[in-house]
Amino acid sequence: MAETHSLQDIRQQAAIAAKVFIQRDYTNGTVCQFQTKFPSELETRIDKQQFEETVRTLNNLYAEAEKLGGQSYLEGCLACLTAYTIFLCMETHYEKVLKKIGKYIQEQNDKIYAPRGLLLTDPIERGLRVVEITIFEDRSTGSGR
Amino acid sequence: MSTVMVAKKVKRKWENLPGKNTFCCDGRVMMARQKGVFYLTLFLIVGTCALFFAFECPYLAVNLSPAIPAVGAVLFLFVVAMLFRTSFSDPGVLPRALPEEATFIEMEIEAANGNVPPGQRPPPRIRNVQINNQIVKLKYCYTCKIFRPPRASHCSICDNCVERFDHHCPWVGNCVGKRNYRYFYLFTLSLSLLTIFIFAFDIVHMVMRSVDSGFVGLTGFHTYLISLNQTTNEDIKGSWSGKNRVQNPYSHRNFMKNCCEVLCGPVHPSVLDRRGLMLEGLPGSTNPTAALTHVSKSKNPEAQPTKTKAEHGPDDDVKPDVSTSTTDISGLEKSPSSSEPEMLPSPQDLPPEPPRDNTDCAPGKEDTY
Repeated sequence: MAETHSLQDIRQQAAIAAKVFIQRDYTNGTVCQFQTKFPSELETRIDKQQFEETVRTLNNLYAEAEKLGGQSYLEGCLACLTAYTIFLCMETHYEKVLKKIGKYIQEQNDKIYAPRGLLLTDPIERGLRVVEITIFEDRSTGSGR
Repeated sequence: MSTVMVAKKVKRKWENLPGKNTFCCDGRVMMARQKGVFYLTLFLIVGTCALFFAFECPYLAVNLSPAIPAVGAVLFLFVVAMLFRTSFSDPGVLPRALPEEATFIEMEIEAANGNVPPGQRPPPRIRNVQINNQIVKLKYCYTCKIFRPPRASHCSICDNCVERFDHHCPWVGNCVGKRNYRYFYLFTLSLSLLTIFIFAFDIVHMVMRSVDSGFVGLTGFHTYLISLNQTTNEDIKGSWSGKNRVQNPYSHRNFMKNCCEVLCGPVHPSVLDRRGLMLEGLPGSTNPTAALTHVSKSKNPEAQPTKTKAEHGPDDDVKPDVSTSTTDISGLEKSPSSSEPEMLPSPQDLPPEPPRDNTDCAPGKEDTY
């Protein structure tokens, strides 16, 4: 929340027109994936391609975080042997990827969504349930900045 | 841009979380409300291990190996670490929907359900999802105002939706879900290993102590004797073994039969009759010689027939004789009708009375004996 704090402040000055919630896509099980279906409320604001690109990148990042492979097994076994005390000094792989995702969303907001009067909220703040997109009222200048 | 100036006390998000959890250490620890059983679990584990380390380990460390308490300590620490990790961590609680999200979902539901005529119950809020070619129904949680992800469930004790909900465990004082299931499993596994470890070394300790004092050895020795149907005395003397090579004639040659005879054979009654009634003036009594002289006096033929008559039954004509004889046999029990086996054998036992037998052999009189 700290990263978007100042952005949020600015945004609060503009009126919120609506909020769209991109739901989870469970077709591949319980892995964290979001639906790439383009919501109708955003039709006037942003390209379909751009939106799908953003969501697809997010999905890939979450898949990387939850990947079962050599690295995750090694991390798990090492942690078990130390009775999980190793996590007092070391960051888990998942936490590292979450930081990456946070940076990516910040970057997308700055470059693409804020100029269009939109704001992406990091799904981690909503319990990885939804991607919340806040739609601000379109001022004459075209952005709330 | 100015950031929000914080008040004197920093308020953290955990203070505003809905649900029935208790938080400690400024939000680092998260548990269910009822923690009593968790304290019991902790007490049992720590108590048992404390007793083990205090009473068994000194003996075992000296007599077997110091590695035993070391391994035990490592195992104990692991168990406690896993217990704390399971109990204190967030099991995978799903945060509740904020008002806008809840409204958005409600609108979606209404759109999906269509127009419901007033007065009719709206259909249950279910969302169908296809997962790996199977239809899975996602239920709507009225408390959290979300559609629960697959495998999530609402815990009524903690009042939270938990991802990959396994169960609510009172022993650890928390739900077991996606985030703490592995710690829960490792806790139960390591606790089982610790229990087996302590139990095994308890047995070893007991055996070692009893071998030292020869107790187990004695039991073993007598088991050996029973299986061969031998006595300790015979064993010491070597009656059935050794140079003679004489076989034990009392053995059934069968282990089971020998054991059965000794342990399950018939219960022989005592032949001592310790509780029988004592009669004064009899060999069985304290002054046998007095009884002898007394009885020999009464051994005149006069007394004999009266006695035999008395055996027949109390007849009137016998009575005067009986009364006279009773003066002689005053020391004896006076119940003429009762055949007193104690009385009768004693006169017969007296050696210098062979002619008495002849007199007694009066026909018909012997029947009463």
